[in-house]
Amino acid sequence: MKENLPIDKAQKNFDSSGSSPLLSYKSQDKLALYLLKGIGLFIIFILALMIYLLFDMSSLALKEYGLTSFIKTDWWNPVEDEFGALSFIYGTLVTSAIAIVVAAPLSIAMALFLTVVLRGALAKFLGLLVELIAAIPSIVFGLWGLFYLAPWVKNSLTPFLKTTLGFLPLFQGPSFGIGLLTAGIILAIMITPTITSLTREVFKAISPLQKEAALGLGATKFEMIKIAILKPSLSGILGACVLGLGRALGETMAVAMVIGNSPVISKSLFAPGATMASIIANEYAEAEGELHLSALCLIAIVLFLVTFIVNFVARMVIWRNNRRVKK
Amino acid sequence: MKNVVLTILMLCGLSAHAITKINGAGASFPYPIYSKWFSEYSKLNKDVQFDYQAIGSGGGIRQLIKQTVDFGASDAPMKDKDIKKAAWPVKHIPTVLGAVAIAYNLKGITRSIKLDGETLSAIFLGQITKWNDEKIQTLNKGLKLPAKDILVVRRADGSGTTAIFSDYLSTVSKNWEDKVGRGKSLRWPTGIGAKGNSGVTGAVKQNDGAIGYIELAYAIKNKLSVVSLKNKAGEYKLPTVQGVSLAAQNVDASKGLTTSIVDASGKGVYPIAAFTYILLPVHQGENLKFVKEFLNWALTKGQNYAPALHYAPLPNKFAKEVLKQIK
Repeated sequence: MKENLPIDKAQKNFDSSGSSPLLSYKSQDKLALYLLKGIGLFIIFILALMIYLLFDMSSLALKEYGLTSFIKTDWWNPVEDEFGALSFIYGTLVTSAIAIVVAAPLSIAMALFLTVVLRGALAKFLGLLVELIAAIPSIVFGLWGLFYLAPWVKNSLTPFLKTTLGFLPLFQGPSFGIGLLTAGIILAIMITPTITSLTREVFKAISPLQKEAALGLGATKFEMIKIAILKPSLSGILGACVLGLGRALGETMAVAMVIGNSPVISKSLFAPGATMASIIANEYAEAEGELHLSALCLIAIVLFLVTFIVNFVARMVIWRNNRRVKK
Repeated sequence: MKNVVLTILMLCGLSAHAITKINGAGASFPYPIYSKWFSEYSKLNKDVQFDYQAIGSGGGIRQLIKQTVDFGASDAPMKDKDIKKAAWPVKHIPTVLGAVAIAYNLKGITRSIKLDGETLSAIFLGQITKWNDEKIQTLNKGLKLPAKDILVVRRADGSGTTAIFSDYLSTVSKNWEDKVGRGKSLRWPTGIGAKGNSGVTGAVKQNDGAIGYIELAYAIKNKLSVVSLKNKAGEYKLPTVQGVSLAAQNVDASKGLTTSIVDASGKGVYPIAAFTYILLPVHQGENLKFVKEFLNWALTKGQNYAPALHYAPLPNKFAKEVLKQIK
């Protein structure tokens, strides 16, 4: 019953039992606090160091082009040392948007299936399988995307999209299987486990009383899911999506292999594109000029900014939603 | 017990003392032949061990300047700007020759397609977009070419292969030199970018109507159809190890070892070929002697290992000249 004693009494008991501690308990607490503070500050320090390094390495390009004109320019020519980031920003945002549009409904449905429909060992096992997807290295995703997904997109998905949604400019033009759409789908598969497992935790946190109350009031299962599960966990779901989006924005290798790597802005989702992460991965190792290297580092800063802005906007949405729910 | 530990420690100390470790870093293109050389050489000279990191030519040059390696390796000669940054004079030692093959995928065409430099550059500039274009058709009399769209596939990552290919196109076509130019990363006017030789190989294999450039070894291993290319003597040549070696036979080694050998004159020459170099810092360090000894072996007996790995050996006369310069 020791756990139930007040702390000081427990300590006395412990003390009287024999050897005195090396440090007094008070200083132990203090030490732990300093240690934790130190670790926390260290992370901030590393982040600051990275940002400083990036700014330092990109200073040449920053001086040459300036941040705003660098962001606004849609032209990338390493031979002539002409660099602009707009097409990469576009590619990053479009592929991430496709990813979240495809992955969010799938993941939420999966999480519902695992918490509401399936129970027990089978649900645990399936949940584990979904989480295993997260453990697949992205280069494997990339190769799989290149050799299996891309031909499928070209031969099956594209004709289907063209006949059903072909009136939209998004789904016009030739498809080679490699392009923005394929990259978006790969990203969707990659972020599904993140969103699924987080959403599942959110659903699990809902008290069963709420569900039973909904059913007791005569709601069908579908209505119960709507009222008692989805509605109260909306901000949690949004939070999970933000984390998934974060991964999609920064994903490099898999995207570089299937996106087609052309720094152009095209209306069609079938067209090749390029993302900020993919251009850095592609050109950094063999970058020749100082300016080229520096421009790639500046892209990294822009990626930083874009990720920050997207996260900020998403958090604003969650925050406003929370406020509305509270009212 | 103590004695055993002591003996082990002493043995470790002895063996660590006896083996000289040589570090190198650079181009990934010659990695297969270099690693073969290093392992064969270590069998003959048990006291020298080579460690080579295939991090790319640009990385190799940077490591060399920072003096973290005993030798560098690069597909393209170092730029004067970079040579000035190095603490010592840098010697370029050609080791083997590499070739770039033009691979294509055209269903129903069994005979090898013939192209000349001008037509090839027009295809990669996006000016010729159909396989049955008049210019291609006149070069291939008696071959019924389909009216399919041409899909240009090229490297997305910065690469020595791209440097060789664009050097060739710039040499044979004024149009290409003005519009695109030479480099490891380019501003491509058309097509899709794939990652690495394997990426280009995959994209060509999957798309009927695709054309792309890859290292010779990849074309042979994957049994892709390759273009027979018109050389300066007016012959159409398929890429072969012999044809590539011939490209270097007329190079005068006494006039410097970094000459470009694309579109070389002479009979039987395959026109898209280049040396790959080991970069040797000429300083007083101890390890330099071992690297020189290794190069002596690599340029004589070592050359016999090249053809099996689809690299072209240096012509005998040329290799002798290079050996003279190493001393």
